[in-house]
Amino acid sequence: MLSIENITHSIDVWLYGTFNPTAALLLESLIVGLCAITLFAVLGLVLVLMERKVSAYMQIRLGPNRVGPGGALQTVADTLKLAMKEGLTPDGADKFLFNLAPFMVIVVAMLILVPVAFAKGTQIWDINIGVLYISAVSSLSVIGILMAGWASNNKYSLLGAMRSGAQIVSYELSAGLSIISIVTLTGSLRISDIIDSQQDGWWLFKGHIPAMISFVIFIIAVTAETNRAPFDLAEAESELTAGFHTEYSGMKFALFFLAEYVNIFIVCAIAATLFLGGWMPLHIGHWTAFNHAMDYIPSSLWFIGKTFFLIFVIMWFRWTFPRLRIDQLLSLEWKYLLPLSLFNLLLMTLISIKGWHF
Amino acid sequence: MGTTQLLFWFLSILAILGAILVVTSKNPVHSVLWLIVVFVAISGHYILLDAQFLAIVNLIVYAGAIMVLFLFVFMLMNLNADTEPQKNRWLKIAGVVTGGALLLVLVAALKKADLKAQMAEMGKGDIGLIHNLGLVLFKDYVVPFEISSVLFLSAMVGVVVIGKKAEEDKTTLGSQKYGG
Repeated sequence: MLSIENITHSIDVWLYGTFNPTAALLLESLIVGLCAITLFAVLGLVLVLMERKVSAYMQIRLGPNRVGPGGALQTVADTLKLAMKEGLTPDGADKFLFNLAPFMVIVVAMLILVPVAFAKGTQIWDINIGVLYISAVSSLSVIGILMAGWASNNKYSLLGAMRSGAQIVSYELSAGLSIISIVTLTGSLRISDIIDSQQDGWWLFKGHIPAMISFVIFIIAVTAETNRAPFDLAEAESELTAGFHTEYSGMKFALFFLAEYVNIFIVCAIAATLFLGGWMPLHIGHWTAFNHAMDYIPSSLWFIGKTFFLIFVIMWFRWTFPRLRIDQLLSLEWKYLLPLSLFNLLLMTLISIKGWHF
Repeated sequence: MGTTQLLFWFLSILAILGAILVVTSKNPVHSVLWLIVVFVAISGHYILLDAQFLAIVNLIVYAGAIMVLFLFVFMLMNLNADTEPQKNRWLKIAGVVTGGALLLVLVAALKKADLKAQMAEMGKGDIGLIHNLGLVLFKDYVVPFEISSVLFLSAMVGVVVIGKKAEEDKTTLGSQKYGG
């Protein structure tokens, strides 16, 4: 049967059979890197179009509908326009950091891709601390944003970067605690173990109400971490022009734009992995016939379907809720979400010790 | 040369270069960013030694939290080469002498050390994995571990107390000012 697992396995066998191990490993890294870059490009094109179509639907408009069939090539045209534009560097800017910052943001987004399982047996590195790795690397993305804001030598940029820093550092806690509440159920930090433990049902349904609470908290926290509306204070147009990327133009701006959408994809993929079983098809307990029927749908389709559903939910938030003020944002995290997630974690620990989950 | 050696040399050179640039950079923000590079390189070394949990905690705590705090402070204070205070010449000489003395001690210690017998295990062994670390922390060293967490808690409470006090002062000052 033709599956992604078999294809990658046969490429792996061929490479190690033809070259010596070091060269084979280097070639494999090269192939993986190229795949990641291609994935990024495709994601950027698809997600920007999706966002514009979803927003149009929410506001009873048509959205882009001129370039290509039904407006499908609109983002390609936009990307070409951005690539043609001149990338300005302001005179007062710290030239090196200013030009480095967009690449830093993109590289961090690429690094988070490492432990994500795209389909059955398709993972770049099944590291034994998978989810901790994700939360550690995603905490590095704030450095790129701070770099961009400070190096621009612009007060709006600096304010945007500071807000973004405060936001990411504080919402990281809630996101981390919701991840840990799933880890207490599975007893492993490895992504493949977490997916395997959902063979007889997804944790969202197996973990009773605490799992649902931590799912909601996780979605709120990652929306804040990716600087999306209603938490887009880092680039609040009405107050800060464009926040930390005010001074960026051309391809450098496009990289920030791309990083935002890729980050949405990644956090939704992680949410799908932790709470909705990743590539695991919808299985219900011991209903063998039903489970086998579900297995006929390929695992990569399950993964992409769940991830895009969550992306749709996050886009839905963006076009539904008004933006929070900075004090509301911080009090939401520190006064409501953090105590709630700590209490939830205690409850979850009790459930997993007593074995009350299904 | 195997991949482990290649990675080792790459990470070592990166760490040393970063450390030198931390000291020599004129701009404090650049220094902090180079320090982050050093931390990332050291995390890479931990992963080579199969201590993945330590590597990740190093990233979360140092690169993700403490360095971001440093960046915040430096960016808000807007320090640069002009505001750098000029140090006394005698202070500089004293610094060089102390640093040289430390180097001498380190070189002497390294010269005596038996490097052949103390080779680190690369890419094998599971002592650094989270399972073993958790067992050691919560079985053998549970009391020191809990005491250190109480220490952290007291630091947090202290910060809150100091913050509250300043706020009270401000409100009383404000009410006096406006005749309240």
